[in-house]
Amino acid sequence: MEKTYYNPEDLKKFGDVGEFGPELAEKFFDYYSAVFEEGALSAREKSLIALAVAHAVQCPYCIDAYTTDGLEKGATEEQMMEAVHVASAITGGSSLVHGVQMMNKVKSLSM
Amino acid sequence: MIKSLKSASHKLSDPVYQLQLLNNHSESLRQQPKFREKLDEIDLFPLKPTGIEIFQMNVGYMCNMTCKHCHVDAGPDRKEIMSKETFEQCLDALKSSDVATVDLTGGAPEMNPHFKWFVEEASKLGKHIIVRSNLTILTTAPKYQALPEFFAEHMVEVTCSLPFYSKSRTDRQRGEGTYDKSIEALKKLNEAGYGKTGTGLELNLVYNPVGAFLPGSQESLERDFRQQLQRKHGISFNNLFTITNLPISRFLNFLLMSDNLDEYMDRLITAFNPAAAKGVMCRNTISIGWDGRLYDCDFNQMLEMPVEGEAQHIHDWNEQKLNSRSIQINQHCFGCTAGAGSSCGGATT
Repeated sequence: MEKTYYNPEDLKKFGDVGEFGPELAEKFFDYYSAVFEEGALSAREKSLIALAVAHAVQCPYCIDAYTTDGLEKGATEEQMMEAVHVASAITGGSSLVHGVQMMNKVKSLSM
Repeated sequence: MIKSLKSASHKLSDPVYQLQLLNNHSESLRQQPKFREKLDEIDLFPLKPTGIEIFQMNVGYMCNMTCKHCHVDAGPDRKEIMSKETFEQCLDALKSSDVATVDLTGGAPEMNPHFKWFVEEASKLGKHIIVRSNLTILTTAPKYQALPEFFAEHMVEVTCSLPFYSKSRTDRQRGEGTYDKSIEALKKLNEAGYGKTGTGLELNLVYNPVGAFLPGSQESLERDFRQQLQRKHGISFNNLFTITNLPISRFLNFLLMSDNLDEYMDRLITAFNPAAAKGVMCRNTISIGWDGRLYDCDFNQMLEMPVEGEAQHIHDWNEQKLNSRSIQINQHCFGCTAGAGSSCGGATT
């Protein structure tokens, strides 16, 4: 067994997840490639969204992968940092907006 | 001044050592497939020329810059310069050949004292001339500042280095102040008609990744460069060529120092593209060193891997024999076959 939960080398084995279920994996990877193609959004814009989501879901594999991908697609350091701030604002805001629920409850319970 | 690896007597200035590293530096590199095996799998080994179309002359390793990624290890301290005699031998070869394009590189080719004379002579032969300029040289002494007009007069295609449209990223690779000087030079080239519709004066930019990653799509980077350079500086150009950094010389030094060598080689090898292998530039190019020696490409020149056969010097020019040679390869060649491919003219697929 690995001594840690995350091993950077495992990122290269992502494609191997089909070993225990090739059909679903194939469908997933076909879909995955299609999602990242140039479309109404550019491939670079999609890469920056992926980088932000990677931070929101705190996936170290995805952070590695989409930092490299962003550099390859010509994203600047400033753009990548702003993407991380978007993730931070949304995840932070998501916690904070629940404060309204807390306030509602406090008010409903209090005299 | 930053010293070249050569003048610092750095062990990475030894080509044999560089090739040893690429093949045997770690367990991971030892286990990687060899370039020869990958060519074998697609029936391309031995790699054969498709016919020489580009006569690429490296007219000297002297340069006014010392860029961190330079595969030539060029710099102000490099004194290797093509002599007039070797230039004359090149002209003799060109006279007897149908090769249409003469590609001048360095170092900074403009710093060779015979540079202008040679451009005039090659131009008289009706050859299409490309000069690979670092741009900053065009902002130095008055004789270099006057070059855009000279280039225009001879319809020289100017292909120049600009790794990114931001100052910080460009300067990190090429030295503090490079971006501003490059912009100044590009404006002068635009003023001379370069990159402008209808002039026929072609201005191309070269993008190299500033770090241990591959270039992205040439088309979309070109779109970004065009938009940004026009918006920020009013600069126009014809094409952007994306070039992959080959893991040799100073870029190899960076990969070692940053502990990225294994990972970078893995990226290159995993991204091996058979279509890019079919279109590698060594199949239609011959590279001539400052001393007249012949190589399959500028990278093989830096690794001191001359062309196969006995005729290894420009004074032995024999196009027929050269067209039947087998091209010399090693692990660095994965740099030209990764992803969309890479050549002096950008992506190859």
